[in-house]
Amino acid sequence: MKKDIILAGVGGQGIISIAAIIGYAALQEKMFLKQSEVHGMSQRGGDVMSNLRISHDEIASDLIPFGQADLIISVEPLESLRYLAYLSPENGWLVTNTIPFNNIPNYPEMSKVLAEINKLPHHVALDADTLAKEAGSARSANIVILGAASPFLGLAYEKFEDAIRFTFRTKGDAVIEKNLKALKLGREFADQNI
Amino acid sequence: MKIFLFLLRYNHNTIMAHKLLLLGDEAIAVGALDAGLSGIYAYPGTPSTEITEYVQHSRTAKENHIHCSWSANEKTAMEAALGMSYAGKRAMVCMKHVGLNVAADPFINSAITGANGGLIVVSADDPSMHSSQNEQDSRVYGKFAMVPILEPSNQQEAYDMVFYAFDFSEKYKIPVLLRITTRMAHSRSGVVRRECRDENTMHMPSDLRQFVLLPAIARKRYDNLIHTQKHFLEESENSPFNLYTDATDKSKGIIVAGIAINYLKENFAGRSIPYPLLKIGQYPLPRKQVEKLVAECGEVLILEDGYPVIEEMLRGYIPGTKKIRGRLDGTIPRTGELNPNILAVALGLPDTKGLPVPGLVVNRPPQLCAGCPHIDSYIALNEVLKELTKGRVFSDIGCYTLGALPPYEAINSCVDMGASITMAKGAADAGLVPSVAVIGDSTFTHSGITGLLDAVNDKSPVTVIILDNATTAMTGGQDSAGEGRIEDICKGVGVEEAHIRVIKPLKKYHEENVRIMKEELDYPGVSVIIPRRECIVNVDKRMRQKFK
Repeated sequence: MKKDIILAGVGGQGIISIAAIIGYAALQEKMFLKQSEVHGMSQRGGDVMSNLRISHDEIASDLIPFGQADLIISVEPLESLRYLAYLSPENGWLVTNTIPFNNIPNYPEMSKVLAEINKLPHHVALDADTLAKEAGSARSANIVILGAASPFLGLAYEKFEDAIRFTFRTKGDAVIEKNLKALKLGREFADQNI
Repeated sequence: MKIFLFLLRYNHNTIMAHKLLLLGDEAIAVGALDAGLSGIYAYPGTPSTEITEYVQHSRTAKENHIHCSWSANEKTAMEAALGMSYAGKRAMVCMKHVGLNVAADPFINSAITGANGGLIVVSADDPSMHSSQNEQDSRVYGKFAMVPILEPSNQQEAYDMVFYAFDFSEKYKIPVLLRITTRMAHSRSGVVRRECRDENTMHMPSDLRQFVLLPAIARKRYDNLIHTQKHFLEESENSPFNLYTDATDKSKGIIVAGIAINYLKENFAGRSIPYPLLKIGQYPLPRKQVEKLVAECGEVLILEDGYPVIEEMLRGYIPGTKKIRGRLDGTIPRTGELNPNILAVALGLPDTKGLPVPGLVVNRPPQLCAGCPHIDSYIALNEVLKELTKGRVFSDIGCYTLGALPPYEAINSCVDMGASITMAKGAADAGLVPSVAVIGDSTFTHSGITGLLDAVNDKSPVTVIILDNATTAMTGGQDSAGEGRIEDICKGVGVEEAHIRVIKPLKKYHEENVRIMKEELDYPGVSVIIPRRECIVNVDKRMRQKFK
């Protein structure tokens, strides 16, 4: 099994945490992993992306070739479209939050952004912010998105639950429970909408 | 990736048997600690910062009193590392590529003095300029200094090369340059550790004049460096990091340096590479293997991130008939980092394409954080300058460089660390009065103080605004060398006390701040304004710690 994943968002939205959780789950399965991150200047409110590759076979390149990504996971709708050049035109899935992070004066009209997302043959678009609040943790929108992406990652759902327990183990049971709930709400949305 | 860092930082010695998931930067740090490092010296700079930060967070390093606090700049870092090497211990100095410009004087001369304890200079290049003002290639510096260069192709090699480089450095008494790129520095992959080595005991150089570069001694040392070159070449030709793999299709031969081998393998996933291949991880270039490849193959394709360094060497080696393919003949774009698709095209393999990006996707440039003190400083400065002609603000390297972008468009230059003050002074010398410099507190102590002294000595009509957010913010909030002492430093340099003004960059003080800036702009000598308010990201971090 091999999955090439593009993670997208705006600096500070928590895409590295998503990568850490998927990475932990993959390592528990004895998979290989390569992940290219963005540090430095572009973290300051700019667009950020990360290449995450997990595979049972050894991985060569840190960067995913164009048109080869199995999945784009985005915590922001405009950002989800920025990396379409990486998505496999035949089999690629796009999973994105529909709530914009609007910190630029020329942010395009939301209806047009959503129309572009809806044009894609394989996509899951959800209001992760509301679901995160429902889970009791407004800051867990990234975990909701991860839940919505979980059917496409080739790993059993429980593996992500374990990874969340590990990732948040120092934060206490309440935080773990809220994030497990966020993961579940995202997953349920995906299951009902694909 | 906090979870893995947590594991690493707190259990450095207990999880040796496991494969660690490390950034390239972290692999270098772990390698250095395992190979008997006694001190790491650095000034923060993307993409090199995480090497030193790893050591700073390592419990092992703390227990063993490994030196790891930040230096004022790359030159002081390089010199301190050389001093530790002089005293017989293993030292590493880390910087981003442009930091090597700052450290160039001690770096070049350290090749003449040579080392005593193992000395590694890590320079992190940034092809495609993700966070930099140029894409200079540190291998050129290595060649210039005539020191051996190592260039890892993955995180495991980065780790292993640190051991190799320290041993090499001590065997030949020479600093070794370890060149990485952003993609290597900030990409994570599995690393298996080796058995740890103890630190060196302190021991003096066998010749106490080795480091005295008086001309008579320097000539001998330089001769020594020249004569050692042939040994460096032999080492390269026998290096485990320079691998020749033969193949049957000799229509093409490939020379591939550093991480480009990964993109090459990606293009031949599941099958062997049909062409003879020379993988380069150590310089000087292994002549024997290069000559074999060139003699046996129809054309030679060169794959290297950064400048066409190997390509230019080869074109020089073999004038005439043989076809050399690379960045200089357009087979590969002249600038920017490599990727699997660029290599596919260069190899004549089918290129892959994804979906078109819709036209409505606009850029989202980085910007000053909400609540950033620089915002209030720039709003005040813009108001003060609006009566005057535009183009009077010389700035520097840091978060505040983002003031060049809308809506502020407040600055007119960003060149190198410290250039704000000196350029403002030069422009004032030319008659541009008032002339304003904008520099951060950490950049000021890095390279601004000497420029301020020049301005004071000439009584130049410049206003220097030192944005004091008490940190090195752009690289992630590292300590600032002059924290709490900025006014004292300015006083010490000779700025008149009446013209050192500290203001608080907050909306509610806007009118007062504008008035103070006006007063100092009107003063026909050197004045310093210090807008002081803690970086909002640091405040946020502090609050989170407090209420955790």
